[in-house]
Amino acid sequence: MDILVYGVVNSVSLALMALGFTLVYGISRLPNFAHGALYILAGYLAWVGIRSLNMGYLLSVLVSLGVVMAFGMAMYRFFLIRIRGMPISEIIASYAMGLFILEGLRWKGLKGMTFTLPVIFPGSVDILDVPVDYQRLLVVGIGAAVVLGLWAFTRFTRVGLALRGIAQDEQAAMMLGIDSDTMATIATGLGSALAALAAIVLLPLGNIVVETGYQVLIFAVAVCIVGGLGSWGGAILASFLIGFAQILTVAYVQSHFQVVVALLAIIITLILRPSGLFGKQKQLEERV
Amino acid sequence: MSHHTMESEVQRRKERIDRGIKVRTESIYAVSSWEEVAYLLVPRMVLIVGLLLLPLVIQNPYWHRVITVVGVYGLLAVSFDFLAHFVGLVSLGGALAIGIGGYASALANKVLGLPPLASIPIAGLTGGLLCTLLLLPCLPLRGIYFAIVTLMYPLVLSRLIEALNILGGTDGIPGVEGFGNVWVESYGILLLLLLWLFGLRRLANEDLGLILRGVKDNDQAVRASGISVTKYKAVAVFIASTMGCLGGAYLVHLYMWAGISLFAMDFSVLPIAASVIGGGGTLVGPLLGSLILVPVSELLREFGTLRIAFYALILMAFIVLRSEGLMVWAQRKYHQFERWVKI
Repeated sequence: MDILVYGVVNSVSLALMALGFTLVYGISRLPNFAHGALYILAGYLAWVGIRSLNMGYLLSVLVSLGVVMAFGMAMYRFFLIRIRGMPISEIIASYAMGLFILEGLRWKGLKGMTFTLPVIFPGSVDILDVPVDYQRLLVVGIGAAVVLGLWAFTRFTRVGLALRGIAQDEQAAMMLGIDSDTMATIATGLGSALAALAAIVLLPLGNIVVETGYQVLIFAVAVCIVGGLGSWGGAILASFLIGFAQILTVAYVQSHFQVVVALLAIIITLILRPSGLFGKQKQLEERV
Repeated sequence: MSHHTMESEVQRRKERIDRGIKVRTESIYAVSSWEEVAYLLVPRMVLIVGLLLLPLVIQNPYWHRVITVVGVYGLLAVSFDFLAHFVGLVSLGGALAIGIGGYASALANKVLGLPPLASIPIAGLTGGLLCTLLLLPCLPLRGIYFAIVTLMYPLVLSRLIEALNILGGTDGIPGVEGFGNVWVESYGILLLLLLWLFGLRRLANEDLGLILRGVKDNDQAVRASGISVTKYKAVAVFIASTMGCLGGAYLVHLYMWAGISLFAMDFSVLPIAASVIGGGGTLVGPLLGSLILVPVSELLREFGTLRIAFYALILMAFIVLRSEGLMVWAQRKYHQFERWVKI
């Protein structure tokens, strides 16, 4: 029962981490290697708001979300746009941006147990005889809300439909008057906001440390590759696969192996089903 | 010249034309004149003689050692450039090759009792093979897979060594045999570096190099010609990771110690920065970049991990503002002249 309950929580956490990355990649084909750094940046900003500026929880969180979202949009508009379409530079530039944020924060002293975000509702409840704290329930709730929200957003709003248009066929979408760069800016902003949201819900469960930034990037990409790059359904299924695999490893082997599980998941996927669980439409392009 | 364009209404643009001497030196007839021979030899000699003079000129033992470290980073940066610009694979994990080569050489030395001159080549070859095997699953695919998998391996391997407490765990493997002689130490790596550099330049113009560049530019066409893309990518990864493993092995014998810090982020990030600054695709450029960055990095040692943030900043600035890099710029000035023409 432990495994079932905590597996679900862990899977939803992974999905939350990965959705931002898969959104940006799926829409703009832009691998945002700064994803993990944005996650940590959001946590740090919220911490600064709560602890140093005494702005109160809700305001700090909203400011942090907004700042990270604006940062993501600016990052595309002024930086990544200049190298769009050059795969080598895209990877290097976004990774360099992530490194800069993470290592800069490490230098600012972001390590150890000192940086923690408060949980929203303290306390816990028994589900299936397993004690689960409210924060973990909130993770599952927010995860489900985000998935539903994204689903509705991309089907019932003009912007959402335009984003899907760019994702499906960029040139056809441009002929219909959808601006590729505007959409990419929006997508990067949304992706960054999702990273920030994930940070705000997930970080209270641990400490804000720089290493988490690298881990979040790795987990996000692992989920996306296993699910098929750019496929949301695949990403959600994959986060359940990897999430349960991780919880099983923690339960029966050792907690150090969570990253190993992610790497093994990628390697096995690449060997058995290179385009991921649901990555059919891009199969020809990516496999040579 | 620029004030002309502002004053008059006539629009001008810069035209670049190859120098006559560049064209004349492209064939074997270059040997017919001293001037043309010099045009070809001087840049190469500046590189070779300059590198070989470095250990003689620098007397301070600390900076003498930095030259050796420059050599290691140079190897790594050249191998990154080779993979990125001749095959199209971006490796974010130079530390993988350094770590595997380093541990392999330490084991060969401590367990098998081999001297450094034997353990380094053996570590290079076995390490290169192991890296290629580890990376093999992501070679049939294009895109970001290679980058992310190379990013993960160093993290995972150092975590595994720590968690399983193998290969000395967090303490590492101390007491690896050193070189014993500072001249062997510095000249060994510099000669190795020059050998690989000129070897790779030669290789890039052979059939293999042609196929590899084909893989980078249009892999479908290579496949349509009946050539296995995966096989040639594996060959290229083997070449590049052998270079990295040789560097790692060298480092282990230099510090007489192998440990988890061989998988550190510096080994992954500095070569990328060196390659971008020096000029990607030139093979010499990354070496120039390491010659600049490694001493700067030594000067900034007290800042610790902030150095990585500093490389990242340089990387971002160069990739956006000066994406050609120093060496491409220098080559252009050397081979071409520019003039303003009316449009």
